[in-house]
Amino acid sequence: MATLLYVDGLTVSFDGFLALTNLNLILERDEKIRLLIGPNGAGKTTLFDVLTGQVEPVAGRVIFEDRLSLLGLSRHRIAAHGVSRKFQTPSIFPRHTVVENMALAAGEKGCLTNTFAGTSAAERERIAAVLAQVGLLPQVETPAGALAHGQKQWLEIAMLLVQSPTLLLLDEPVAGMTRAEKERTVEILAGIVEHSACAVMLIEHDMEFVRQVARGGHRVTVLHEGHVLSEGSLDRVQTDERVIEAYLGRGRIAATTPC
Amino acid sequence: MTAGVRTRDAQLLWVAAGGAVFVVILPLANLAGFVSDYYLNLFGKYLALAVLALGMDLIWGYMGVLSLGQAIFFGIGAYSIGMHMLLEGSGKGVYGEPVPDFMVWNQVYQLPLFWKPYKFAPVALAAAVLLPAALAALIGLLTFRRRLRGTYFAILTQAIAFAVWLMFNRNEMRLGGTNGLTDFKSILGFSLSAPATLRGLYLITALALAAALVLARWLVRSKTGLVLQAIRDNERRLEFLGYDTSGYKIFVFAISGALAGLAGMLYAPQVGIITPSQIGVLPSLEIVIWVAFGGRGTLWGALLGAVSINWLRSVLTGTYPRLWPIILGGLFVTVIMLFPEGLLGIGSRLQAVLARRVPLARAAAPAAQAYPPSDKI
Repeated sequence: MATLLYVDGLTVSFDGFLALTNLNLILERDEKIRLLIGPNGAGKTTLFDVLTGQVEPVAGRVIFEDRLSLLGLSRHRIAAHGVSRKFQTPSIFPRHTVVENMALAAGEKGCLTNTFAGTSAAERERIAAVLAQVGLLPQVETPAGALAHGQKQWLEIAMLLVQSPTLLLLDEPVAGMTRAEKERTVEILAGIVEHSACAVMLIEHDMEFVRQVARGGHRVTVLHEGHVLSEGSLDRVQTDERVIEAYLGRGRIAATTPC
Repeated sequence: MTAGVRTRDAQLLWVAAGGAVFVVILPLANLAGFVSDYYLNLFGKYLALAVLALGMDLIWGYMGVLSLGQAIFFGIGAYSIGMHMLLEGSGKGVYGEPVPDFMVWNQVYQLPLFWKPYKFAPVALAAAVLLPAALAALIGLLTFRRRLRGTYFAILTQAIAFAVWLMFNRNEMRLGGTNGLTDFKSILGFSLSAPATLRGLYLITALALAAALVLARWLVRSKTGLVLQAIRDNERRLEFLGYDTSGYKIFVFAISGALAGLAGMLYAPQVGIITPSQIGVLPSLEIVIWVAFGGRGTLWGALLGAVSINWLRSVLTGTYPRLWPIILGGLFVTVIMLFPEGLLGIGSRLQAVLARRVPLARAAAPAAQAYPPSDKI
């Protein structure tokens, strides 16, 4: 079976502090969603940082689609290879309108092309389709900074979706969302699984949300102190003694949100 | 919707009015004797400096990259045309030598090699624009590709400005040392003491400014324009979307360098002198003040700031020469503290206050039908 992402022996050191220690993780090509959970400081965001060229590991390998090593590539090259990332706090262009944000995400990235050619009709159509998918069509002309928090998160997801990524990295997409917004996000995720060809890797602290997503039979990986503690279905990892141990003192994983 | 259309119409009206005043009315009034040659020449100088401000607005106002070395590029443009003008007059100087007079003072009787191409007008004109652009691209290549950004870039460009200023001050550079280049007799065969020549130079400057403005507007309204502002607002997001932002930065820095060179080329013949004092750290900083004063990221603000501050300087340095730096600094601080969006910001803020009396029409408008959006993307 083809492997989408192969992470082998990844170790990241921040001035001697080991944020990741010998982390191994395999994402199969037919996996739709992989949930990443773990206590604060477990290394979840650091893993995303390595995958997107933000942080250089001291050891390990990251192989994308069986052939491409992502290590040492610059951020824009990694993005061009189909690894798109959503940040923890909404990262959009606040003074651009929603549709301008989308236009920036879609299509050509070269300077000269963008100076002499604008957004093509096909791109506009695609932008409209993706905005409809996340429910932002009524806000096309709104400055992104004026959107509600949840809408900003969806806009950022839409900006990544319009690029038709191969691997979509979502870092706490429902943080700070209202219950209704979270439910809408679950629907958006379901839509991605159904309509898009991309795989989603999702970091989340909100166990309510994790449970809802994991209901689709997706695998859960628990990180702790920089390496994988447990992996499998949500039921399996929830009953894993080591996971319960790791979460002790913060309340059990099954209890309310751990952070 | 109608409000948007109305503001666009109003803007066009302003453009037409401004263009008419500077390109048509002022020269005609001068011909008719209502505006003195002195004032026309003065405004020609302001308009040349407005071209310089325009380049600054592109790189700083739109892209958020603060270059504190724009005066270098201005200087290269001014020196390029200055060298050509001196060579046009060589042999006709006080000493009758085939080199500019200042070289005779330095016991140089043979034209230095790098001066020779400047004998040819097309070379000098091209060098005035292309050399600054190439230098800016080179500096950009060495800095932006290495992810040098923000304050570090500003400090580096300031250091380069200082170094260039030091170099141009040295007599060994064969560029006139601290005295710079002056005593220009003619340009392209036209005597610089004839009012008609100065009128022509004014007209060329006004048209060049108009052309630069059209080019800049076209650029900021293209998708590249969206990218520039995105670099200013959230460069990291842009990189993670797959943009190599350094390419855009080099591109815009080179354009701003070319505009600065063009400004210098238009400035020197009208003012009649170019010295190192106009190309160092302080003049570079002043350009920032013009743009901030007028309102950054608007293009119009840069023009407004450059013309108004330089006009104010002409008026005030006549009466209170010692107070001028204090007035300039005071203006800058006042605008930054009270009107961070500059003079143009005051206007739009007033508009916003007035518009508040009308209920939020835009927000209430049915937006769903707005897609596909107009010409925005």
